[in-house]
Amino acid sequence: MGNIAEVVSKAVESYQKDPTRLLDVIRDVQDALGQVSDEAIVQIGHLMNLSKVDVEGVVTFYHFFSKSPVGKYTVYLNNSAVAVMMGRGAIAKAFEKEVGCSFGSLSEDGKIGLYDTSCIGMNDQEPAAIINGVVFTNLTEKRVKELVTGMKAGRNVSDMVKDLGDGNNQSELVKSMVKNNIRQRGSVLFAPYESGSALRKAVAGTPEDVINEIKNAELRGRGGAGFPTGMKWDFCRRAQGERHYVVCNADEGEPGTFKDRVILTEIPEMLFEGMAVAGYAVGAAEGILYLRAEYMYLKKFLEKVLDDLRKKNILGKNAGGKTGFDFDVKIQMGAGAYICGEESALIQSAEGKRGEPRNRPPFPVQRGYGGYPTTVNNVETLCAVSRIMVEGGKWFASMGTVQSRGMKLLSVSGDCDKPGIYEVEWGITLEQLLKTVGGSGAQAVVIGGPSGTIVGKEAFGKKVCYQELGTGGSVIVISKKRNLLEIVHNFMEFFIEESCGWCVPCRAGNVIITNKLEKIMAGNGTKTDLAELESWCKIVKGMSRCGLGQTSPNPIATTIANFRSLYEEKLKKVEYETGFDLLKSVQESCKVANRKPKIEGH
Amino acid sequence: MSELTFFIDNKECKAKKGQTITEAARDNGVYIPTLCDYPGIRPAGTCRICTVKVNGRNMAGCTTPVEEGMIVENKTAELEDMRKAIIEMLFVEGNHMCPTCEKSGNCDLQALGYRYTMMVPRFPYLWPSREIDASMPKIVIDKNRCIQCLRCVRGITTADGKHIFGTLHRGDKTRISADPELVAAMTDEQAQKAMDICPVGAILKREVGFKVPMGKRKYDSAPIGSDIEK
Ligand SMILES: Cc1cc2nc3c(=O)[nH]c(=O)nc-3n(C[C@H](O)[C@H](O)[C@H](O)COP(=O)(O)O)c2cc1C
Ligand code: SF4
Repeated sequence: MGNIAEVVSKAVESYQKDPTRLLDVIRDVQDALGQVSDEAIVQIGHLMNLSKVDVEGVVTFYHFFSKSPVGKYTVYLNNSAVAVMMGRGAIAKAFEKEVGCSFGSLSEDGKIGLYDTSCIGMNDQEPAAIINGVVFTNLTEKRVKELVTGMKAGRNVSDMVKDLGDGNNQSELVKSMVKNNIRQRGSVLFAPYESGSALRKAVAGTPEDVINEIKNAELRGRGGAGFPTGMKWDFCRRAQGERHYVVCNADEGEPGTFKDRVILTEIPEMLFEGMAVAGYAVGAAEGILYLRAEYMYLKKFLEKVLDDLRKKNILGKNAGGKTGFDFDVKIQMGAGAYICGEESALIQSAEGKRGEPRNRPPFPVQRGYGGYPTTVNNVETLCAVSRIMVEGGKWFASMGTVQSRGMKLLSVSGDCDKPGIYEVEWGITLEQLLKTVGGSGAQAVVIGGPSGTIVGKEAFGKKVCYQELGTGGSVIVISKKRNLLEIVHNFMEFFIEESCGWCVPCRAGNVIITNKLEKIMAGNGTKTDLAELESWCKIVKGMSRCGLGQTSPNPIATTIANFRSLYEEKLKKVEYETGFDLLKSVQESCKVANRKPKIEGH
Repeated sequence: MSELTFFIDNKECKAKKGQTITEAARDNGVYIPTLCDYPGIRPAGTCRICTVKVNGRNMAGCTTPVEEGMIVENKTAELEDMRKAIIEMLFVEGNHMCPTCEKSGNCDLQALGYRYTMMVPRFPYLWPSREIDASMPKIVIDKNRCIQCLRCVRGITTADGKHIFGTLHRGDKTRISADPELVAAMTDEQAQKAMDICPVGAILKREVGFKVPMGKRKYDSAPIGSDIEK
């Protein structure tokens, strides 16, 4: 197997044995060999002077790395709730029929692998899949047949893309069928923007001036948590450290969000300039764009944008024409892990490790990337920064509501006529929004993704803003024809899959509450079960270590609060019903004994 | 050294700057239960059993440094029940057959089960299928009993700082594993240390067993925490 040794040593050398580039090394090996075998892991460990178990720990943490072969062609079909709503089931069956193996496995000839994957940020064009890094949207059974025929014939995956999407999706470096679906443009993000104007304004003043302007704008982080950006930068600037870092969080993993994808496709200049402004404000010379693996198809294009910005001197030495201010940006790819959107897990991952959140304190602004003070900001936040630099904080703060200033990008998907991107002023009511997107008559809306809130009609008069219905951007409309509990269940499976496994309440608790939910959904629950489920959600939320576990019971908790009757309808009218399934428990022994169970009533 | 004053359940306590809440509590004779924490190893906050309320927010006592004037709630009914729930989660998440375990009586998890008067876990058992790795010369890892506290990962390294133990996979599939080469080169002392810092019976040293009879072990005479509470 000289091949493995060659591939590994080439990969290791191309990153100069830098342990912070371990993810890149592993990705190169994965791409070249279709797997990262034990042998490859041992060799990576030897060459990089890491213990095998640490390398294996990284390989097995990320969804897009695999120790066993995943085929020359690897199909990752989204299994998010909206994908399921849009017909993912039939598409999965079509793939299985055409390829001849089931999801989670490899075809007999080892050529095509079929795998599930969490939301890929294409909720407005589902069902969708990623095949060898290329995105295929709006899949139909007919299209699946064509794709599998093509793969069997050995065709190049990118050649199988037929119609290209809109805007920069057509650019030579992207050439993707993904659509932007920008349905409503506002004045912050999708208004005309002159490249270079924000940084020019920023460097004309002091870093403190910049921070003050952002504070005046009362800008809050767009990644979900809503932390005041000006304050974060202030903390970061004041923190002692030889160096400071700016990290842009482009992990966009919350099911139902895809607004960052559209920003990255259409206005990346504005984003990178926002990073430069942040760099100037906090005193950083380096920025890192942490890009989720699902958006790999945008990488070459973004590299080119960075190059152009260097040529225009918006990045590089004396950036923005400011003597002594050097700032550049590099792109670090993720490898398939929702938890890497959590800022401290993101930093771990960017350092080449398992994406496990860190304990806080210290916070990233005190000790972040490489141990240096780091500000982590969402893609949309950094774009808003650019606009604020140009138009001023006061202008920005004149829009929105008291605690939620400015405009917000919403990614709308699900049961509505016009799924896509909407730039709205904070404070729009859910009712107005539903009317705009053609989703009136909805049974429920998931606002803020699975980790957010599921609300019903009673709440449609509420405003989209931090005090009432906060969101990082995900809005999923659910019509009356859907079984809401199945959607809740899909969300819970997502959290089980994506928990990093570090702490007990999240690792074990999410499985436990999902089992209980299943018991109720199967019609075996009682009043006691429902009460227990409610109280167990509180334990998981209250005891978990990071935002994932602290919010993962929300699909259950918020539907028990807002759709209680859906649960109550399912309950048996007895005080106690066993969760014990006799048939299931004798299955294994019957199989061993090669006989059929004889159980009364079954 | 500068001293800080803080409060646990209204009791005035003193702490040295940089001390975590659990460390300082211990010095003040207040027991906050811990499980993944171990003296001399960097705290990880994996088990969450030391969760306390600080200014109304739940925080892990083992990873949170004391600050001047901090108000800590420790022995509230709500926290004690949630801590008990964590112990119960650990019992259902793995396969723990105490009577046949070499660590029975020396096991922190079992001792906490007693302290919190766990009769039967409130959660249904998950009965996972987990492996026992007996391929190594000096130790055996029984993953049925592993609670993923990461004490071994954090505490046992080679002379040049490499991890001998590590974590594989994620979520409920997370498992501890040993580096085959490095574990084979482990000294007897290291193997003993690995067994000793393991709070449960997941890491056992080979060729010795039941040296101290049951009934005469650490927690047989005095319950966990009693050395701290006076
Ligand atoms: C489980 C989890 C996933 C997250 N995913 C993202 C994400 O994909 N993108 C993002 O910007 N923030 C995400 N966040 C929030 C980040 O931790 C962090 O608050 C944010 O990047 C800060 O940027 P902002 O202040 O500009 O919003 C996530 C948080 C958690 C707990
Ligand atoms: S809450 Fe979940 S994701 Fe967060 S640290 Fe704990 S196990 Fe990991």
